[in-house]
Amino acid sequence: MTSVDFDEVSVEDVSRHFGRRRAVSRVTFRATRGMILGLLGPNGAGKSTLLAMLATVLRPSSGAIRYGTLNPSAGSVLRSRIGVLGHDLFLYPELTARENLAFFAGLYGIAHSDTRARAALERAGLGTRSDDPVASFSRGMRQRVALERALIHDPRLALLDEPFTGLDDASTAALLDRLKALRESGAIVILATHDLDLAEGLLDQALFLRDGRIVETMSAPGALRSTYRSVIGR
Amino acid sequence: MPKWFNPAILACGVLFAVSPFVIANAPYESTMGLVQKVFYYHMPSAWVFLTASVVCGIASARFLATGNARHDRTALAAAEMAVLFGLLTLVTGPLWARKAWGQWWIWDARITSSLVGWMIAWAYLILRQYGGPGSEKLAAGLALFGMANVPFIYVSVTYWRTIHPATTVVPKLPFSMGFPLMFCLASFYFLMFLLMKLRVRVAEQQARLDAIYLSMDEEA
Amino acid sequence: MMLRAIWLIVRKDLTVEVRSRELAYTTLFFAISCVLVFAFSLVQEGRAAEGVGAGVLWMTIMFAGNLALGRTFERERQSETLRALMLVPAPRPAVYLGKLAGIVLLLVLTEAILVPLVALLFQAELLAHLFWLVSVVIAGTLGFAAVGTLFAAMLVRARSRDVLLPVLLYPITVPVIIAGVRGTMAIAQPEFEADVVRFWLLLLVAFDVVFITLALWTFEPVMTD
Repeated sequence: MTSVDFDEVSVEDVSRHFGRRRAVSRVTFRATRGMILGLLGPNGAGKSTLLAMLATVLRPSSGAIRYGTLNPSAGSVLRSRIGVLGHDLFLYPELTARENLAFFAGLYGIAHSDTRARAALERAGLGTRSDDPVASFSRGMRQRVALERALIHDPRLALLDEPFTGLDDASTAALLDRLKALRESGAIVILATHDLDLAEGLLDQALFLRDGRIVETMSAPGALRSTYRSVIGR
Repeated sequence: MPKWFNPAILACGVLFAVSPFVIANAPYESTMGLVQKVFYYHMPSAWVFLTASVVCGIASARFLATGNARHDRTALAAAEMAVLFGLLTLVTGPLWARKAWGQWWIWDARITSSLVGWMIAWAYLILRQYGGPGSEKLAAGLALFGMANVPFIYVSVTYWRTIHPATTVVPKLPFSMGFPLMFCLASFYFLMFLLMKLRVRVAEQQARLDAIYLSMDEEA
Repeated sequence: MMLRAIWLIVRKDLTVEVRSRELAYTTLFFAISCVLVFAFSLVQEGRAAEGVGAGVLWMTIMFAGNLALGRTFERERQSETLRALMLVPAPRPAVYLGKLAGIVLLLVLTEAILVPLVALLFQAELLAHLFWLVSVVIAGTLGFAAVGTLFAAMLVRARSRDVLLPVLLYPITVPVIIAGVRGTMAIAQPEFEADVVRFWLLLLVAFDVVFITLALWTFEPVMTD
């Protein structure tokens, strides 16, 4: 499979509606290599919908999303460079952690999927549990496996929907380190989160969404919580 | 609605009002007598049912290929026509069969195939109604499958009764494609055309309303 | 890429199934219950009417198949794994073929037990010409599963999906049940006519080819929003 790459993701005037409900309304932004961009907003603000469109799972009703010179119709070559951590974790509960990772690694075209799976689990600190079925894991542990699944093929673009949900302090610290390492390696990270305290200090750029619209953009964001309150107002 | 619509509806109504007289004046069919006259409504219904099904299938294919909502509205209207005229066919058929051959239902190839086709059209409507958001595409897929199925249904139903179809259950009737039949065919197709125009128009208005809602949302 | 993806998906489904054995046992049990229900309805004075065995076999395959299809995709709905499968770079029709292979395998295993059971309970000479019987049953199962896999996948995110699957599936698979039953009856009858069986088998194979092709074409458009 030929390899493609891109340096930036640009979202141009993108909207998405479901019947009469506008989920995302005229959103424009750009994310480049080595950047962590945060989508912040209350429930129903359109964060998940926006992430779904970036993942090429959903098509915008209007506007365009471009990945460098590619657009979503690039299909499978584009998908090989995108990793997604969804709200529902994308894991098979009956399979072990290692089997889940090896399965998806194989589907992403990785040659030695088993080795890669083991390495990923070691990195997540779950090496001892790698042969246990995911159903026996706590929510936090599942989240960690799901993150590894999303990143197992070294994607250029990492899309994370509420990655800090259910993580304890140690796991949260590990995730923060992981995201920073991703940034160092030149990946584009776009994440949606409620957790403003964690986001502070992590994000290079913050987009505040309300009712599907961007209401505020901050680069090198500082006082997120006060900005959030003033802009979102809840 | 375009200006010609109301006069057209009126004209169609006149045609149907006149049709009983035209049918009454048709040549009396010797073997079956008066009851054969129901055929003049039964066959045009069947043809319209078939045409509507084909229109639905083609519009669905175009919708899946292009994503243009116009094709989806056409497909929906055509499916409703298919269910309506299919029902007419399936009701007038047994009425005729009862008087002609003493049984309400005969597992004849044509009428059985029509029944199955009608159920597929009905399933299309059920899917659109109860499938939730996004069911337009799913229904289009179903319509495509239904259309592809027509030869299979017909062959399997024909040979189902007997592997030697030379002896068909329903003997072919020596009717002439005379004036009464042409008249009724024309009336039915005219009706189908008008109903489809109306139904597509309603769907267009709904789409326009949704767009207005969306744009209002934007100004807020 | 395509073949590897299909193999991975089939292997994954097999692994999941071997661990839980839920689908195999419940489908088998349901199929046997079906046969029993039919037996109580149709067997009179200890004997079944002529040729009823074939009908019972195919009705059971369709009912059990419907259940298995629903259950298979319900599993993929948990944790949205079907969406994850749509995200991988493998060609999307590979996902369809992988799931199809799994379902056919499950149904064929069920039929391996079902056919002798029906032959026994309904005094039907189904096992007389084994090659023809296996061909007809597999061709028919493939046709049913080909349409069923696409519809079940389509309906994963729809409302009322449990009841919509049979509503959509049964009218479309009418040729399968007709050809399957008539073909099986022709095998079971005392004067075996190879031509008749061949005709129905050919019809089933044609159905399989047409509908698998159609499903491969339409899988991506109907599954993406």
